[in-house]
Amino acid sequence: MMGPDDLSALWVTLRLAMISTLLLLMVGIPLAWWLARSKSRIRTLVETLIALPLVLPPTVLGFYLLIALSPSGFIGGFWQAMGGKGLAFTFTGLVIGSVLYSMPFVVQPLQNAFAAIDRRTLEAAATLRASPLNCFFTVVLPLARPGLITASTLGFAHTLGEFGVVLMIGGNIPGETQVLSIAIYDHVESLAYGQAHLLSAGLLLFSFLILYLVYRMNGTHFLHREQR
Amino acid sequence: MNNALDFRFKMSLGTFTLNTCGEIPIAGVTALFGRSGCGKTSLLRCIAGLEQAGEAYLSLAGECWHDSERGFYLPPHKRDIGYVFQEGQLFPHLKVSGNLLFGFKRTPVEQRHGDFDQVVKLLDIIPLLDRYPAQLSGGEKQRVAIGRALLNHPRLLLMDEPMAALDRGHKKEILPYLERLHTESNIPIIYVSHDLDEVARIADHLLLIEHGEVLAAGPLSEMLARVDLPIARNEEAGALFDTQILQHDETYHLTRVGFAGNELTVSWIDLPVGERVRIRIHAKDVSLTLDPPGPTSILNVLPVTVIEMSAHGRGRMIVKLDLGGVPLLARITQKSQANLDLKPGMQVYAQIKSVALSL
Repeated sequence: MMGPDDLSALWVTLRLAMISTLLLLMVGIPLAWWLARSKSRIRTLVETLIALPLVLPPTVLGFYLLIALSPSGFIGGFWQAMGGKGLAFTFTGLVIGSVLYSMPFVVQPLQNAFAAIDRRTLEAAATLRASPLNCFFTVVLPLARPGLITASTLGFAHTLGEFGVVLMIGGNIPGETQVLSIAIYDHVESLAYGQAHLLSAGLLLFSFLILYLVYRMNGTHFLHREQR
Repeated sequence: MNNALDFRFKMSLGTFTLNTCGEIPIAGVTALFGRSGCGKTSLLRCIAGLEQAGEAYLSLAGECWHDSERGFYLPPHKRDIGYVFQEGQLFPHLKVSGNLLFGFKRTPVEQRHGDFDQVVKLLDIIPLLDRYPAQLSGGEKQRVAIGRALLNHPRLLLMDEPMAALDRGHKKEILPYLERLHTESNIPIIYVSHDLDEVARIADHLLLIEHGEVLAAGPLSEMLARVDLPIARNEEAGALFDTQILQHDETYHLTRVGFAGNELTVSWIDLPVGERVRIRIHAKDVSLTLDPPGPTSILNVLPVTVIEMSAHGRGRMIVKLDLGGVPLLARITQKSQANLDLKPGMQVYAQIKSVALSL
């Protein structure tokens, strides 16, 4: 059976994934729109930076984040100057790490979805009295719906399965920074295979289910609804 | 107050330069006519505000929409226009009804005129209201796009080759609606096209665009009767006549129409006597003889006077004739001109092989 530590790890994990996904969408949507439409020179630079977590070992990102989040670090120092407590080994620090680490999984599907929208569809909206902002909410976002769903799911699922970055910047504090992946690692280390099995199988099933649901939803999207 | 759309645009798009200025009457249908790549669509986009020319001036009936000198530019969503794109550009995530109401809902209430039912009826889109754009044929999409633009309560309707993406059958399906639009709504229309027959059917006024410039402009019938313009070289060149139906001959299934003291016998026109019809006589369907021909299968032989002639390559020429005060064009070979020794002022007979109905 799940112990109290396992339950709190589950709760920390879900909370982390939800908050991170929300923040990821808030940052990722405008960023992806800009990447999809901009002809700016720094676009490639920004794209490269966002994609870095895809290729870097999570420990590299975690290591630099740990330094940045420490009280003398770039982000941590600023945070403390603003009146916050320390960031390293806290839940807030985990959120910052997850957002950066999962960014490409959210931005790339969104960017693809935005880029696939015909410029002339937006022009049509403009000739029909829609301001650019109004057009974004009433035309762009509905048309990018499959991309939005994919981005949210990948962001959520990826944060759920994160290990390396969390280990580096969060440590293993039950109820605060101990997430499922780390709890599983702990169980395996202490040869508690039964509990490791329980958490692993749960995570496996859960991940399978959300991915399956997303693919099904996107598969029946209005664009494919072509019966006559 | 000036009742016209005044424009001046100068911009480069890659190797192409648009350098146009002129005015378009705010009444009836004005065609922007020219070959593909001549800049007619760019001009239309500048009028809509979708393209922002470096040097630009645009005003509708004295109301300024764009003045680069003063740094003033009204974005498209603030211009009272309707725009019909070549391929409709319907919103795929909205049903036909949602598409139709997109601009309608965003129009200030006091500016709304005409009603939904009327437009939906004019374009026969009632059975389509619950469908998604992906479930419509090309012609149906275009009808919805026209309805959507009309329901945006435009003061100016801009149409960019609305039939270019349609096959012949669907074109035939759309044309009557455009003609109905022309006769039943009084919204001025600017219509981009490279199809002379299409233009002849629906336009009142014509701007001829070539290499990014306005080459000539004027009432359609005058423009179609000019032999000095590249239009005369078009395979479909021909004069336009506004006629009235005089009588029907049911035995031979023919109709007699009259204009400016002349009469023509044409194939049956299914309209009551007294109705006005616009007909077109293609230059290629008119031949000339010096003497009145003897018995002939051609029904329409009319005395005309040669006004002017213009040669245009490959041994062909176009002859402008005076038919009791109205111009008629004939296309003949240069050899025939030499054989007949045609000269301006000569009295000859025009034999009209067929007449195309325009409206």
